[in-house]
Amino acid sequence: MKKSLEEYWRKNLTFMTVLLVIWAVVSYGFGIIFVKPLNAFHIGGFPLGFWFAQQGSIYVFVALIFIYYVYMNRLDRKYDVHE
Amino acid sequence: MSILTWTYIMVGLTFGLYLTIAWISRVRDTKGFYVAGGGVPAIANGMATAADWMSAASFISMAGLISFLGYTGSIYLMGWTGGYVLLALLLAPYLRKFGKYTVPDFVGDRYYSDTARVVALICAIFVSLTYVAGQMRGVGIVFSRFLEVDVNTGVLIGMAIVFVYAGLGGMKGITWTQVAQYSVLIVAYLIPAVAISSKITGIPIPQLGFGSQLTVGHDAGKYLLDTLDALNKDLGFAEYTAAFVPGAKSMLDVFCITLALMVGTAGLPHVIIRFYTVPSVRAARLSAGYALLFIAILYTTAPAVASFARYNMIDTLNNTAYQQAPSWFKNWEKTGLVAWVDKNNDGMIQYSSGAPVEGKPSFVDTPGPLGQRMMTNTPTSNANELFIDRDIMVLANPEIAGLPAWVIALVAAGGLAAALSTASGLLLVIASSISHDLYYRMINRKATEQQRLLLGRIMIGVAVCVAGYFGIHPPGFVAQVVAFAFGLAASSFFPIIVLGIFSKRTNREGAICGMAAGIIFTAFYIIQVKFMNVQPWLLGISAEGIGTVGMLVNFAVTMTVSSVTKAPPREIQDLVDSVRTPRGAGAAVDH
Repeated sequence: MKKSLEEYWRKNLTFMTVLLVIWAVVSYGFGIIFVKPLNAFHIGGFPLGFWFAQQGSIYVFVALIFIYYVYMNRLDRKYDVHE
Repeated sequence: MSILTWTYIMVGLTFGLYLTIAWISRVRDTKGFYVAGGGVPAIANGMATAADWMSAASFISMAGLISFLGYTGSIYLMGWTGGYVLLALLLAPYLRKFGKYTVPDFVGDRYYSDTARVVALICAIFVSLTYVAGQMRGVGIVFSRFLEVDVNTGVLIGMAIVFVYAGLGGMKGITWTQVAQYSVLIVAYLIPAVAISSKITGIPIPQLGFGSQLTVGHDAGKYLLDTLDALNKDLGFAEYTAAFVPGAKSMLDVFCITLALMVGTAGLPHVIIRFYTVPSVRAARLSAGYALLFIAILYTTAPAVASFARYNMIDTLNNTAYQQAPSWFKNWEKTGLVAWVDKNNDGMIQYSSGAPVEGKPSFVDTPGPLGQRMMTNTPTSNANELFIDRDIMVLANPEIAGLPAWVIALVAAGGLAAALSTASGLLLVIASSISHDLYYRMINRKATEQQRLLLGRIMIGVAVCVAGYFGIHPPGFVAQVVAFAFGLAASSFFPIIVLGIFSKRTNREGAICGMAAGIIFTAFYIIQVKFMNVQPWLLGISAEGIGTVGMLVNFAVTMTVSSVTKAPPREIQDLVDSVRTPRGAGAAVDH
C-alpha cells in the first residue's frame, strides 16, 4: 500500500513538473525572454511575442489548471485515494 | 434620467442585493464564519475568488496603466494571473486536505511551533493591512467620481456596508456577496469593452478586435496594433508593442516583477483562504481553474480596452482644435482627470511624450480663453500639452462608445463591487488572525463557539475601522505599498508553505529563519528604494521585483538551516503524508 502511494506521489510530481515547465515557457520564455525574436512573426494583427505576453499565456494558464484537474481525478481513482 | 440618478439607482440596487445576501447567509458558528461551512460549490467559489482578487485597481486603473506602458504592461497581465497555476498545482489541494481555518494555522501546525505561528500571523496582518489601505480609498474615490459625495463620506458608506455583510455572515456572507459582486463587475466591464471594440473594429469580441483592422477613421484598413505602433513613434513614445526599449523596464526587471507578482499571488493569505471553503480536494483544484477562467475574462479584455482607448485618445485629441474636441473630453475636464495647457497658443491640442506640467495638476476656477480648465502648475518645456489620468481610459469608455447613462452608472457599481469584494476578503484575514490564530489557538483554547464568534465579529469591526482610517488619511505611499504586499507574500509565505508540503525534511528552525531572512531582506530593499530614494542596487531590479530575490533567499536559508538541524518529529512527517492524498478531507475542522 505504501509503495503505491509513493508511486502516486511520484506521478503527481512528474505531471506537475511538466505543466510547470509549460507555464514557464509560455510566460517567461515566449512572453519575456524570446519576445523580441517572436515579434517578427504575426498572428492576425498581433506580433507573436506581444500576443503571448498579453493574451496567449493567460489562455494557456487556464487550460493548464483544467488539464491538471482532469489528470489528477484519474490518478486519484487509479491509486484508490479519491474522496 | 441623468447619470447621477442612474448611478444612485444602480448602486442602491447592488448594495441592497449584497445586504440581502448577507442576511440570508448569516452564520451561527465559527465554521461558517471562517470557512463558510466548507460547502461552497467550485464554480461559485471560483467567482468569489475572482471578485476577491480583482480590486478597484484591476477594474479601473489596470487598462489605463497598460495603455501607457504598452508591452511592459504584460507584467501585470501575466503577473496577476500566472500565480493561480502555482496555487492550483502547488498549494490549494494540499491546504484543503489539511483542512484548517487560516494560513497561520497551517504554518503553526506544520512547523510544530507557536513562534512560527506568530511570525506568520504578523506577516498576514501586515500584508493584508498594506493591501486594504488602498481598497477603502478606492471605494471613496469611486463614490466621489460618480455620486458627487465627498471621498471621506464614500469611505464611511463603504465601511458600513462591509461591516454589515462581513460581520453578519463572516466568510459565508463574504463569499456569496462576492459571487454577486463578480457578476456586477464583469458585466459592467464587458459592456463598454464590447461596444468600443465594435465601434472601432467592427468585431464585438474585444480579444479578437484587439488584433483586427480598424474600420473607421483615417487609418481604416490597417491593423490596430500597427497603427498604434506608428502613432506612438510619431509622437515620440516607444512603439506600443516594442519590448525593453531604452527608458522602459529591462528584461531582467520585467522577469523579476512578473515572477514576484505570480509567486506573491500564491502567497497572499486572502487568496489562499479561498480554498478552504470548498467541499473537497477535487473541488479545490476545480475551483482554482474556475477562478482563473473568471479572472481571465477581465484580464484578456483589459489589454484590448487599453489599446482601443489609447488609439481613440490619440486619434480624436491630437491635433484637434480644443473647441472641436469630443464632448467626453469637456465632461471629464470638470473632474480634473484630463486637462489641456495651450503651450504654443494655437488653440490646438498637441499630445506627445513627457509630463505637460510640473507636479500634480491643481486647478483654478476661472476658465481659460477658449473655455478650458486652467491649471496653476508651471508648464514644462516639452511639447506635450495634454494631461491624462490613466483612470480615464476605463471611466470615459462608455461615453466614448456613445453608450447610454445607465451603462455609465453600471460602471460605477462595478468599480464599487470590485473594491468592496477585495476589501472584505482582506478584512476577514486581519480579523481571523487576531480572533482565531492569536486568541483561540494561542491564548484561550477553552473559548466557546459563541465567544469565538463574538470576538470574530468584533475584530471585523476593528479591522473595518482601521482600514477606514487609512481610507480617509491615506499614507502617501499607498501605491508603493502594494508592491510591498506582493514582495512580502512572495518572500515569507510562499517558500515555506511549498516546502512544507513537498519536503518532509523542512523543519521549524528552517522555516522560522527562512521567513525572517526573506522578509527582512525584501523589506530592507523596498524601504531603501521606495522611501529613502536609494538607487536599486541589485542588478537594477526594482522594488516591485525584489520579492523574487527575497523568495530565493527564503528557500536557500530554509533548506540550509533545515539540513543542519533536527528533522521534524514522526507525527509531522505523517501529517505531510496525509496532506498529499485527497481521501479523508473532511469538512474543514479546527481543533
